[in-house]
Amino acid sequence: MSNPNPVSGSPDKEPATEAELALTGKADRGATMTSPKQSAPGPRPTLGRLFLDNLWAANTVTVTVLALVLAMLVGAVLIIVSDPDVLATYGYITARPTDALNASWTVVSEAYANLFKGAVFDPEASGFTAALSPISETLTYTAPLVFTGLSVALAFRGGLFNIGAQGQATMGVILAAVAGFALPLPPVVHLVVALIAGAAGGAVWGFVPGILKARTGAHEVINTIMLNYVAVYFLSWIIVQNGVQNPDRADAISRPVDSSAALPRLLGDNLRVHAGILLAVLATWAIAWLLNRSTLGFELRAVGANPDAARTAGISVTKTYVLVMVIAGMLAGLGGSQMVLGSTANALTPLVIAQIGFDGILVALLGRVKPWGVLLAALLFGALQAGGNRMQSYSGISLELVTVLQALIVIFIAAPALVKAIFQLRAARAARLQTSLAKGW
Amino acid sequence: MEPGEIHALLGENGAGKSTLMNVLYGLYQPDGGEILVDGKPLRLKGPSDAIRAGIGMVHQHFMLVPVFTVAENIMLGAEQVRGGIVGFLDRRRARREVAEVSARYNLRVDPDAVIEDLPVGIQQRVEIVKALTRDVDLLILDEPTAVLTPQETEELLTVMRSLKAAGKSIVFITHKLGEVKAIADRITVIRRGRTVGTASPEASRDELAALMVGRDVRLTVDKQPATPGRPILEVAGLVVDDDRQVRAVDGVDLTVRAGEVLGVAGVQGNGQTELIEAIMGLRPTLAGTVTLDGEPIHGWSTKKVLRAGVGYVPEDRSVDGLVKEFSVAENLVLDIYDRPPFGRGLALRPEAIAASAKERIEQFDVRTPSADAAVGTLSGGNQQKVIVARELSRPLKLFIAAQPTRGVDVGSIEFIHSRVVRERDVGTAVMVVSSELDEVIGLADRIAVMYRGRIIGIVGPDTPREEIGLLMAGITPDAPAPAPADGAATPGEATGGTAGGATPAPERPGNEDEA
Amino acid sequence: MSTTAVPDVAVAAVDEGFWTRPRKVGAVLLALGVLATVLFGALATGQQARFTLSETEGGAALEIQGTLGAILFGVVAAGAGGALLAGVPKRWFTLVLGVGLVAFVLSFLCWQVSAAPEGRNFMPMVNIVRGTFVLALPLIFGALAGVLCERSGVVNVAIEGQLLMGAFSGALFGSLSGNVWVGLVAAAVGGAFISLLLAVFAIRYLVDQVVMGVVLNLLAVGVTGFLYERLMQTDADKYNSAPRFGNWEIPLLKDIPLLGPALFRGNIFLYLGLLLVLVIHLALFRTRWGLRTRSVGEHPTAADTLGVKVLSLRYRNVLLAGVVAGIGGASYTLALYSFTKNMIGGKGFIALAALIFGRWSPTGALLAALFFGFADQLATYLGAIGSSIPNQFLAMLPYLATILAVAGLVGRVRAPAADGKPYVKG
Repeated sequence: MSNPNPVSGSPDKEPATEAELALTGKADRGATMTSPKQSAPGPRPTLGRLFLDNLWAANTVTVTVLALVLAMLVGAVLIIVSDPDVLATYGYITARPTDALNASWTVVSEAYANLFKGAVFDPEASGFTAALSPISETLTYTAPLVFTGLSVALAFRGGLFNIGAQGQATMGVILAAVAGFALPLPPVVHLVVALIAGAAGGAVWGFVPGILKARTGAHEVINTIMLNYVAVYFLSWIIVQNGVQNPDRADAISRPVDSSAALPRLLGDNLRVHAGILLAVLATWAIAWLLNRSTLGFELRAVGANPDAARTAGISVTKTYVLVMVIAGMLAGLGGSQMVLGSTANALTPLVIAQIGFDGILVALLGRVKPWGVLLAALLFGALQAGGNRMQSYSGISLELVTVLQALIVIFIAAPALVKAIFQLRAARAARLQTSLAKGW
Repeated sequence: MEPGEIHALLGENGAGKSTLMNVLYGLYQPDGGEILVDGKPLRLKGPSDAIRAGIGMVHQHFMLVPVFTVAENIMLGAEQVRGGIVGFLDRRRARREVAEVSARYNLRVDPDAVIEDLPVGIQQRVEIVKALTRDVDLLILDEPTAVLTPQETEELLTVMRSLKAAGKSIVFITHKLGEVKAIADRITVIRRGRTVGTASPEASRDELAALMVGRDVRLTVDKQPATPGRPILEVAGLVVDDDRQVRAVDGVDLTVRAGEVLGVAGVQGNGQTELIEAIMGLRPTLAGTVTLDGEPIHGWSTKKVLRAGVGYVPEDRSVDGLVKEFSVAENLVLDIYDRPPFGRGLALRPEAIAASAKERIEQFDVRTPSADAAVGTLSGGNQQKVIVARELSRPLKLFIAAQPTRGVDVGSIEFIHSRVVRERDVGTAVMVVSSELDEVIGLADRIAVMYRGRIIGIVGPDTPREEIGLLMAGITPDAPAPAPADGAATPGEATGGTAGGATPAPERPGNEDEA
Repeated sequence: MSTTAVPDVAVAAVDEGFWTRPRKVGAVLLALGVLATVLFGALATGQQARFTLSETEGGAALEIQGTLGAILFGVVAAGAGGALLAGVPKRWFTLVLGVGLVAFVLSFLCWQVSAAPEGRNFMPMVNIVRGTFVLALPLIFGALAGVLCERSGVVNVAIEGQLLMGAFSGALFGSLSGNVWVGLVAAAVGGAFISLLLAVFAIRYLVDQVVMGVVLNLLAVGVTGFLYERLMQTDADKYNSAPRFGNWEIPLLKDIPLLGPALFRGNIFLYLGLLLVLVIHLALFRTRWGLRTRSVGEHPTAADTLGVKVLSLRYRNVLLAGVVAGIGGASYTLALYSFTKNMIGGKGFIALAALIFGRWSPTGALLAALFFGFADQLATYLGAIGSSIPNQFLAMLPYLATILAVAGLVGRVRAPAADGKPYVKG
């Protein structure tokens, strides 16, 4: 893959496809117009058709919503086929179809209702804390995803595919945690130092593939994947070292981070939302500024879009690659730091950062590799996580469904042509139906 | 085409020769017209149809898999297999076939050599063998000598003669007069996508050159005589390799003075690109010096060269000149974004960029819906104006423009030319590199003709274009009309030019079909 | 995925003068050898280091006094390094390098085994060899899946997902049908399903292949994890109790010392894996299909001008890759364990590493997979004898080795030229 711009199918290209989408929409309309039998309603397209066209042409939000809907449909199928009781009703669907449909509807709607209640608002909740709890949970899960999402998105804009956000976050969480329990520092300073340590850990882990890419041309995709695993093993090694491992525990868990290094909670001790989300917004703003309003961002975007032209204009491509990876690593490291400095955990465990690095890739793609888009995408993913927790405990639907939904959303986003194909399939079939009807008539 | 005939298709770069032949080979679909083979119209859906119809083609950029052996490349697509459905390759038979064809047409190739280890001339021979093993009657050779040394060219001509003797027909696409005269039975000259004449090889060089470059369109540029000042750019003994580590610039000396336009003419791929890239710090110089206003600049980074007061319009604007995804305004500051007033410290100042963009768009008559439109949505001419505007909007000592009007509409051409002249008139040294002879003649105060990595001659703009055309073909006036068999190179040039193993650079990928 | 440098990178590959690549490698090897001689020699004990040709302490064994062995093999490694440094004929390079590296490892083992507590200072070679193959098996299947895809120009980062889906559907349908063969077919189909998605999106919709691979991995983790929790955890008897292939002993061959018990008393997957390496190697380099596959991965335009159908060949090979990886996944669930969530646990990525380390060739991938399997097995063994070397660092070895390989420090690896580039005609 010597293509200097590895994201040939990246969301950056999507505007074009959407334009295409709009075009095909029109072409489709043209086709129906030329159908002679159909000219009865007049050559003017119907209002609904016009609306649909505009919707298509509209923007990325439409595609995202459609992708979400499609993903949830597939998810519903999975819920149904994995529920033996509901499946049983399909055994006699010809005899009593309502049974099957009712059972399916019940299980799916209940699951998705719980997803919503866990993520946004529960109408039955009483009291301030209970009412705010879903939002608080959503924001808690959102914060680190914003950072890893920004990390991946920034690298994308610079023409690099950072699959290593997971490893960078891992190094970040290690250094942040060690700084958090090993250094005796006063409250605010301690937190700042721990965050800086986390950022530095990620930066180092980003620097390595960056410099290798710049110096030897070694592909960053391979190296970041490999470094992810190196980081995982490093984490599992360091946890059990003396001075790191919790002396009161036999299993692989580190000493807890001092409260002086913890991110303060925003809405009292009963709600988990913490200052990380504020940092996330700040980081989004900072990256947006960096990308669009700074000379560095200019270089980065130029290199990402056309390294040849950038080089001809005197921009150092190699320097930019290294810098991009260092900043991306810093962001992922900060995201990782929140996993111990925030409210989800306060000590290192082998699974402390969960999947935030890999989820960051999805978040970046979903957010169209734009900073504020990443923030919104992270919010959606955070909501799915939070809702998924409730869905798991209330409906017994595994949290893994959330992973499925997330992956599906991005798959549908990644190929607008596919979404188009799916939705046009219907239009085409309808058209065929009309013509066949017309013939019979 | 008749059997056993060598038909030369002569024309300048971009005249439409390659496109025509790609249609013949089924790679492109014709928009109109038809192809007759043995009197029957032929519809080619793809290369396999062409092969079946007995048409073989040797592409300008070889269609060989670099890591395969010669035999593997020749087998591919027409494999001889054993073992039924499993399809084991019958390498022995393939080797024998290669040996047979090699022997029959005197084309020595080692079937077990790996392509990427072979010199270009041998690779081409492999391509020819590949076509011959497929029993073609008509062989299309697209600019076959563009990448060959004189000796290799000589060998190729011999091969072509023996193929002709074996009854094969050959279409020979080229822009080199000497070769045409040496080998062709019939000559068709193409210009701007049309046949402008047929000639026999007895026609004089001057006639052919006139047909090829055409006299009818002579671009005129209004300009006063130059008043050259002190030397600004001095290049001495410059040696540069191309991307494949083949010598592309082989000891170039030239000087550009303040207030004059030096035009560099030459068939593309004779080292012009590498010369400029070396001056700009985009390509390492192996030997020689480059000085700008007395200061040696070779070895400098591109940024430093640009900062020192050099403006540069690269020859391939979509690859090197513009970031298509960027807005017009952003492209207008692509190499000065970090300079005041556009950038201060780490911060960009969008207001300043926007204000300057507005000004430039007006000054340079860039037709764009807005300064924020992506530059890729603009027409070629307007894209080029963006680059010219960018480069001319800072104080310059030297302005280098490579192919400044390639793929640009007539109106924009005039505009760009007038700006170039205006830049000269304010005392900037200007260097214009173009494969459009008209452009060079129209703009330049002095014309340097480049051939095989060297400056073969420097002439005034009043020199007859035929004479320049001959220089471009490597024929110097003092050693005219070489023996036909000598191909393109004069004896003196051949010895001088190849002593250092000079082979001209291949044309850059992406330029091949710019018809 | 290639290692082509970006345009303005000063390519460091210019080996000028004395410091050619073999010499640099030789210098490194010499340093390693000296290190082994001094460090391992000093740390090794006077105990015997026994390498038994069985699964226990008994039986025939090769033994050597610990310190002596560590020093001796260290000197051999250093000597090999010195030879490379002095300059050896090119065709001997690999051989000398191999000898040097093996000697280094042996020196290390002499130290480790001799330093083990009394009574445990032996290394059962049968266990080690068998463990190496068992651990390498999913890597072999995965890397072969990678070979099939990438040789035809489609980057396969989805190996992990293909293995996982294969393991899952093998377990599910094996359990439902109660028949291992049904399970095996289902596993192949499962892997091919992920491949199909990859192929359609990469070839038809031109989605970036790496992006697609990453997303497909997550999809596979999600789908299998979800169904695992919903079905297999609630009713393991019905959904997660697939029958298993037994071990097949091969007459005669099973009695070869060391290799017999390690290799020829294995299950179908072991034989299938080794057979596939051979078959794919032959097919790739000896048949029409292979020639065309490689041409499509290297220079699709050239292939197209000669009438090779580029896209359909890519579709077929990507699907085939899914089948191979799916069967590889089944080597877990239809032979060793019942399905658990995310049970592949990154093996797909080590398989990717093996593919790259093995330079995109089936035999190279086999050797790389065995090397990685050996590192893995060694980590387990050293854990068992209470070694001072943390096993996490041994586990890192495959990944670090791959980084070094890609960076061109251990020979230059070159991917198929058109790997990852969608082919658009015209």
